[in-house]
Amino acid sequence: MSPTKASTEERIRQIVAPWKGGHGGTIPVLQEVQKEFGYLPEDALMAVSKEMKIPPSELYGVATFYAQFHLNPRGRHIIRVCRGTACHVRGSLILLDKIKKVLQVEENGTTEDLRYTLEPVACVGACGLAPVMMVDEDTHGRLTPDKIMEVINSYE
Amino acid sequence: MALYRAHVLVCKGTGCKSSGAAPVYDALKEEITRRGLDKEVMLVETGCHGMCEMGPIVVVYPEGSLYCRVTADDVAEIVEEHLYKGRLVQRLLYTTPEDKVKIPHYRDIPFYKKQFRIALRNCGYINPDNIEEYIARDGYVALAKALTAMDPEDVLAEVKTSGLRGRGGGGFPTGLKWEFCRRAKGDKKYVICNADEGDPGAFMDRSILEGDPHALIEGMMLGAYAIGADEGYIYCRAEYPLAIKRLGVAMAQCTEYGLLGDNIMGTDFSFHLHVKEGAGAFVCGEETALMASIEGERGMPRPRPPFPANKGLWGKPSNINNVETWANVPSIIREGGEWFASIGTEKSKGTKVFALTGKVNNTGLVEVPMGTTIREIVFDMGGGILNGRKFKAVQIGGPSGGCLTEEHLDLPVNYESLTAAGAIMGSGGLVVMDEDTCMVDVARFFLEFTQRESCGKCVPCREGTKQMLLTLEKITSGKGKMKDLETLEELALMVKEMSLCGLGQTAPNPVLTTLRYFRDEYEAHIKDKKCPAKACSALISFVIDAEKCRKCGICAKNCPVDCIAGDRNTPYVIDQERCIKCGTCLEVCPFQAVSKV
Repeated sequence: MSPTKASTEERIRQIVAPWKGGHGGTIPVLQEVQKEFGYLPEDALMAVSKEMKIPPSELYGVATFYAQFHLNPRGRHIIRVCRGTACHVRGSLILLDKIKKVLQVEENGTTEDLRYTLEPVACVGACGLAPVMMVDEDTHGRLTPDKIMEVINSYE
Repeated sequence: MALYRAHVLVCKGTGCKSSGAAPVYDALKEEITRRGLDKEVMLVETGCHGMCEMGPIVVVYPEGSLYCRVTADDVAEIVEEHLYKGRLVQRLLYTTPEDKVKIPHYRDIPFYKKQFRIALRNCGYINPDNIEEYIARDGYVALAKALTAMDPEDVLAEVKTSGLRGRGGGGFPTGLKWEFCRRAKGDKKYVICNADEGDPGAFMDRSILEGDPHALIEGMMLGAYAIGADEGYIYCRAEYPLAIKRLGVAMAQCTEYGLLGDNIMGTDFSFHLHVKEGAGAFVCGEETALMASIEGERGMPRPRPPFPANKGLWGKPSNINNVETWANVPSIIREGGEWFASIGTEKSKGTKVFALTGKVNNTGLVEVPMGTTIREIVFDMGGGILNGRKFKAVQIGGPSGGCLTEEHLDLPVNYESLTAAGAIMGSGGLVVMDEDTCMVDVARFFLEFTQRESCGKCVPCREGTKQMLLTLEKITSGKGKMKDLETLEELALMVKEMSLCGLGQTAPNPVLTTLRYFRDEYEAHIKDKKCPAKACSALISFVIDAEKCRKCGICAKNCPVDCIAGDRNTPYVIDQERCIKCGTCLEVCPFQAVSKV
C-alpha cells in the first residue's frame, strides 16, 4: 500500500529536521528520502520543497543531475553492470547486451514484474576482478556470458 | 596484553570480499578455535593487499607466506599444516605465470618486490577498524611532532621541500597550494579531501579509505594545522559503502582518543571533520564542482579565478587534495621532506600508486617510485599479458588520459614524460590492452563516458563531446568516411582549448592519442569496413564451422535469443539476422567450432 499524503509529509518533516537552518542539506535529505521510499516520489519532493523552502525546480535540478537519484519506482534487485575501462576491455558490453535481451529491459529500465532494475555504472572500483557486476550490495567478479544469468536468477 | 606466536591476516578489501573472503575468515575462526589455537594464533581482518587477481588472500606471519585464491575448503589444511605442523601449504602459494616457480615469502613475489609503499604502507598490514594498530605503526607520531615541535610554517616548509604533487590528476605542487590558502585572508578556512574517485579503472583511493583510513585523517589534520583551518570535509562517493563505514569508525575512535575535536593533544589546535556522501557525478572530481556539491547544489564547476584557496567552500578559503595526496603527508612530516624528495625523479618526487588492470596477469594495486618504466610495471610486476597474447597499448590516466604503445614501454613514468607522450598521470589508472582490444572502440568508450558525464554548463564540452561521440559511433559501425578523421581532430582540439574545466579540457585525449598512434585502425574501419581486433560488433559475425561441429546442440541451448538451429543430423547454423553477437556460443562450444570473423 502506498503511504498517504499526510504520512509522507510527516516523515519528510522528520528527515528535514536536522538540516533546518543549516546549510548544505539538500543532497543528504534527498538521499534519506530515497532510502525511505526507494525512489523520489513527486509528493515527497513537494513536501521537501515546502519544508526546506527550496523551489521544486531547484530540487528537480539537483535530483536529475546526480546518477544516484531516481524519480521512478525501481525493481526489488538492482543490477549494476560495471562499464569502467578495465571491465570494458574484458567484455562488459557483451554482458550488458545479454542481460538486456534476456530480461527484456532497457538500460536504466525496470522489468515489468518489478524484479530487476538494470543500471550500467561508470565504475564500481573492483577493476582487479573485471568484468564486474553488482547485484544489490553484492559484487560479482570474473563474469562470463554463460555464467551471468545464473547469478542474476539467484536473486528472487 | 596477550602474546601470539602467529598472525593470520585475511584481506577483506572489496576485491577479496567479492571473491569470497568472508566464508574463509569464518572458517579460519572456527577451525583455529576448534583446534584450541585461539590463544596462540591471532586472526586479523585487513584492508586491501593490492593483488586482487589472486584473492581471497591470506597471509600468515611471522613467515609472511601469502596464500592465493583461498576457499573455505582450504582452511582445514592451512590450520593443520601451517599453524599446527609448521609446514607451508605448497599448492596455495603464488606461482609465477611463466616458469611455474612457487614463492614462499610474499616479499619475493615480483608483484611486491619492486614496490615502495608510502601511501599504501599500512594497507593489508593492519586492521583498519583498530586505531591502536595504526598507532603501533607510528601513526599520529607526525601529528604529535607537528603540534608540539613545529610551527605551521615549518610543516608547510617540510611539505614544500618534499616536492609532493597532487596525486589526483593535475600534479600541482601540494606545498604551494597549501601556501596560497595559508596566505589567503580569512579567519575561517576549510580543508577538503576529494574521495570521489570517479575515474573508471582507478581504485587506489578506495584501498586507502578501506585499508588505512587514519593515514588520510592524520594527513588532513597536518594540512589543516599548516593552513590554519579548523574544519574539514571528506567527500566520498556513495558507491564505496565500506569506505564510508570505515571512515566513520576511524573518526569515532579519534574523537575518543582526543585526536579530533577541540584542543587536540592538549594544544590550542582544534579540528572537526565531516564525511559527505557523493551522489554520483564524475564532474564532482573537479574541485569547484565538488565544493558546489558539498553546498547541496548541482555539481557544476565554477570559473577560476577566484581560486578555492581564496574563495572556496561557502566562499571561504579552502584547500582540496585527493586521498592519495593526503595519505603521503604523515610520512613526509615523520621522516622529513628531504627523505621524500630523495625518492623518484627530478621533478616528480616520491611514489605513485597505479591501478593495474585489463589484459594483464596480475591485476591490482602497485605503488612504485616515480620514474619506474611501464615495462617494469606491466611485465615484471603485472606478470605480462593474459593468456600469452601480444601487448598492444596501455591506457594511462583514465578518461582524461591517453593510450601509449609498445614504443613507450621503456618510458620512465613521471608527470612530464606522460604529458609529453600525450597521456597524463591522472589518478593512476593503468589499463593494459592486447591485440583483441580495438583502439577506435576504446576512444568511443571514453567519449561515451565523458559525454554522459559532461555537466552541460559550457557549450564546447557539452556539444563537442556529443559530436565526437557520434562521429566515433559512425566509424565503429562501419559507416565512417575519411573526412571524419579530420572533423574528429578539429573537434578534439576545439574542446580541449575552450572547455571550462578539466573534464572537457582532457576529454579529447583518448581520441587524440589513438589517432596519433593507431591511425591505421581507424582507416581499417573506414576503408575496409573491418575491425582488426574483431571487437566492434557491427563489423564482425559469429560462424559455426560445419566440419568441426559435432551437433551436440550446447550452443543452441545457451543462445539467449534462440537464433541457432540444427539437430543431431545437421550441423548447427547461426541466423545472422537475429544474432546479437553476445559470444556465448563461442564460450560454451566444447569443440572450438565457433569463430569470430
